[in-house]
Amino acid sequence: MRQSILPVLTVVLIILGIWYLAAAWMNATWTLQQAERAEQTLTTVEVLQDTMQQDRPKLPAPHQVAVELWETTAEKKITSKRSLVYHGWITLSATLLGFAIGTGLGILLAVGIVHNRAMDMSVMPWAIASQTIPILAIAPMIIVVLNSVGVTGLLPKAFISAYLSFFPVVVGMVKGLRSPAPMQLDLMRTYSASQSQVFWNLRLPASVPFLFTSLKVGIAASLVGAIVGELPTGAVAGLGARLLAGSYYGQTIQIWSALIAAAVLAASLVGIVSLLERLTLHKMGMRT
Amino acid sequence: MILAFGAILFWVLAWWANIRLANSTLADTRFGMAAVPILFGVTLLVLWEGLVRGLSVPGVILPPPSMIAARFAASTSILWADFRQTFIKGALSGYVIGVGAAFAMAIAVDRYEFLRRGLLPVGSFIAALPVIGTAPILVMWFGFDWQSKAAVVVVMVFFPVLVNTVQGLTSAERIQRDLMTTYAAGYWQTLWKLRLPSALPFIFNGLKIATTLALIGAIVAEFFGSPIVGMGFRISTSVGQLALDMVWAEIAVAALAGSAFYGLVALAERLLTFWHPSQRRQKT
Repeated sequence: MRQSILPVLTVVLIILGIWYLAAAWMNATWTLQQAERAEQTLTTVEVLQDTMQQDRPKLPAPHQVAVELWETTAEKKITSKRSLVYHGWITLSATLLGFAIGTGLGILLAVGIVHNRAMDMSVMPWAIASQTIPILAIAPMIIVVLNSVGVTGLLPKAFISAYLSFFPVVVGMVKGLRSPAPMQLDLMRTYSASQSQVFWNLRLPASVPFLFTSLKVGIAASLVGAIVGELPTGAVAGLGARLLAGSYYGQTIQIWSALIAAAVLAASLVGIVSLLERLTLHKMGMRT
Repeated sequence: MILAFGAILFWVLAWWANIRLANSTLADTRFGMAAVPILFGVTLLVLWEGLVRGLSVPGVILPPPSMIAARFAASTSILWADFRQTFIKGALSGYVIGVGAAFAMAIAVDRYEFLRRGLLPVGSFIAALPVIGTAPILVMWFGFDWQSKAAVVVVMVFFPVLVNTVQGLTSAERIQRDLMTTYAAGYWQTLWKLRLPSALPFIFNGLKIATTLALIGAIVAEFFGSPIVGMGFRISTSVGQLALDMVWAEIAVAALAGSAFYGLVALAERLLTFWHPSQRRQKT
């Protein structure tokens, strides 16, 4: 772990360096045009200075994004519509609700699939095939249809999130519930354990590592679902709405800060799940 | 109403048939393996059709499958144009560029331990992020036509393929590498004859993840601006006009294209990694 801190820092610094260079290069055109219009000639230093502080740069410099992030998170009231915390919370709540629904249903379906052969043979091929389909494409339709039925607000977005996290959980959980070795199952037989006892004492504990792996995939997918679900609602609130509004009005700094906020959100959600995974597995004695 | 009851009756019968099939000796044959899921899929369609027509659900909420099929058949030329714009121009070119770049990068990264240590955590971090959010930025940079969609696809597929390839390149075992050393094989020979083949299962894993991402990226990027052709454009405008049969037809195209693309990559995997345990057919 400690060995990789230096390399990671180097790579991050290189990325930041490339970012600055790209910002200078991409924004210079506009600066030069402005100067030409005003019939001024700028020195290289002046051009560079200007590229770092434009209002609507093609590519905002990292420090501009950082300032915007600080202003919209720490200096605005949380309830304000211009606060990123407010928008982030709206996206997060839809993500979590959808994730909970999707995971719950996924686990139930997986239990059904493991215990019922007809269900296994009919549903499993479709569950696997559905992973190859760009499900996100139906997001706008779900939103509009649910809106026209009268369901608005959190639920339509949560529905998309649920749908996206559902299949990874089903596939992972089925694998996990089937993971006990024949020898272990035989042992349960010799104890004359009933099917429910086998489930609670052997299959369910054995499936936990698989469950967490798919939860990590699922929660990242849920967040993407919630963000994309916010796109067609006409840019009301949420990180997706910030992205869309930013792209309509050319507010690149706003887009970048929403993007960074989404990245932080995704990273912390996945981080929380992996922390839970570590704690749970440690408590179960599966990993030290 | 009769239609709805008929559909439910069909569902019960089909489910009963499926249970019988799954528990009979036929279940382990090829026929059974294919028949049960197909019957299930058909049942879902019949149930959908029957319930929508029987309960007279308005078409702006959920059109019946027959209407979608009719729309599909009636507007193949539009669908084909959209498919060409989004899939062939946007998704496919982006996929090729992204995969190629990730591949070259992976081989460069693999030569330097320092880079590998630094880039792998960053790469897998970025692979978990909502990369789709870069779509509005890239649309702004590259314009509304397919180039911006290809750029989104490049960004989306790059990191999963990179991470998987780098991981795969380290998968050859010590003892195998030592053997190559005793043959006095150079770096490129070892790469070509040992490490790339043994990385193939990992690479294909990345490629398969990337197929779905490519299509998603190309479609969602069109929500941020596109010329008046393309699957994402058609979906968002048809939703606006409440022409849901068109939306569903477009989704059917996306589903077909997505699974065909995935299927092709899986087929290539099968041909190239026939030696891997997961691909070997079990002899009975």
